[in-house]
Amino acid sequence: MRTLGIAWTIFVKDLRVEWRSRETLASMCVFALLIVFLFNFAFESAREETLRLLPGLLWIAFAFAGILGFNRSFAAERENACLEGMILAPIDPSAIFLGKMFANLLFLTVTEALVVFAAALWYNFSFLPSLGRFALIVFFGTVGYVALGTIFGAIAANTRMREVMLPILQFPIAFWILILGTDATSDVLRGNTAAFAAGAARVAGVSLVFAVVSFLLFEYVLEE
Amino acid sequence: MKFPLHVHLAVTVAWIILALYMIFLYAPQEMTMGEVQRIFYIHFPLAVTALLGYFFVFLGSIGYLWKRSQLADDFAHACAEVGFVFCCGVLVTGPLWAKPVWGIWWTWDARLTSTFILWLLYTGYLMLRAYVTNPGRVEVLAAVVGIIGFVDAIVDYMAIRWWRTQHPQPVIAGGPGSGLDPRMWLTVMISWGAFLCLFAYLVRQRLVLAELRRDLRGLRRELALGR
Repeated sequence: MRTLGIAWTIFVKDLRVEWRSRETLASMCVFALLIVFLFNFAFESAREETLRLLPGLLWIAFAFAGILGFNRSFAAERENACLEGMILAPIDPSAIFLGKMFANLLFLTVTEALVVFAAALWYNFSFLPSLGRFALIVFFGTVGYVALGTIFGAIAANTRMREVMLPILQFPIAFWILILGTDATSDVLRGNTAAFAAGAARVAGVSLVFAVVSFLLFEYVLEE
Repeated sequence: MKFPLHVHLAVTVAWIILALYMIFLYAPQEMTMGEVQRIFYIHFPLAVTALLGYFFVFLGSIGYLWKRSQLADDFAHACAEVGFVFCCGVLVTGPLWAKPVWGIWWTWDARLTSTFILWLLYTGYLMLRAYVTNPGRVEVLAAVVGIIGFVDAIVDYMAIRWWRTQHPQPVIAGGPGSGLDPRMWLTVMISWGAFLCLFAYLVRQRLVLAELRRDLRGLRRELALGR
């Protein structure tokens, strides 16, 4: 219970920092919109092709925007030795992980909502018929992706060239979340309700595995 | 160690020569694929050993986080370096075999994809070790990445079942009709043994090197303090 309380405090602190600087969320949103925009011109998709391209496009936008946020998440703490302060504080490392992860999750979810809105607008595609199922799959995938991003963000903050190191660690491992997420999204957007349960279960299962492993290993990343 | 390195090297060389003899002269020619199929005796042992190598990285990582033994970390690092080379070998011999047999160099089939992911995992692990700024933190961070990477390899194994596959179904322990000629079977095993022996030899060399490097660093520090 205490752990959750501290996690909440760190979460609120991250939101407050973000509210004052407006750096992370703004850069994530703009970058994600740029990806959707560039894809449009890279493929010049015809109306009927949209359904084929859209799931992959969405997940790529989510993945790249996420990387931007995770990079900031711990790099920001290194300035003024804030991270050392948190490590020295008599709190459970898992609380730091949860607080950071919730903040990243919120930022990425907001970005995703904006991306989906932009995609619906620019590709003239209505998500409304399957919005609930679609949102559920994106949420499941995002939880696992953010958990990995939080621990790898903390690891990459210890390296030279962390902007390069983070995607090199993140993408091979998050690969199946992205692939299974794209598959399940594709089924849902095509209105294939029969495949929904299996697809959602796969994404949720893989996400859960990575979330648990990240949570358990995080304390080792922080020790100095 | 009871088994000196130069003896290990001699055994490895002899074993490789034996394996080469069996691959090219002893094993019968495959019916449909012809001579090209002989690359299987190199490709398959490389692939299995590369996968095994990542399992050793995982064991070393667990060992380090648990016991904080320097040897466990050295072992994980050595296995990652050698395993990476073996994995490169898989990615080179695979397309060489695929081109004449399938007519294409590469396809994003399940097994090929997961081998490529394995290669990326090795790359990420080794790059991380090279890029960590604080030298005292390398071992722990690498161990964490090694463990998550191994979990990913397991997820890989599960997830490819939900995926399409063009790769030959496992011939070794496959169903009826997928049996291997006994001579082929023997050749694969001998060849795999040779690769395992080579893997072990290279890992041992890397362990000695790691030890020497640490000694050198210690001597340098003493020298600097003495002045």
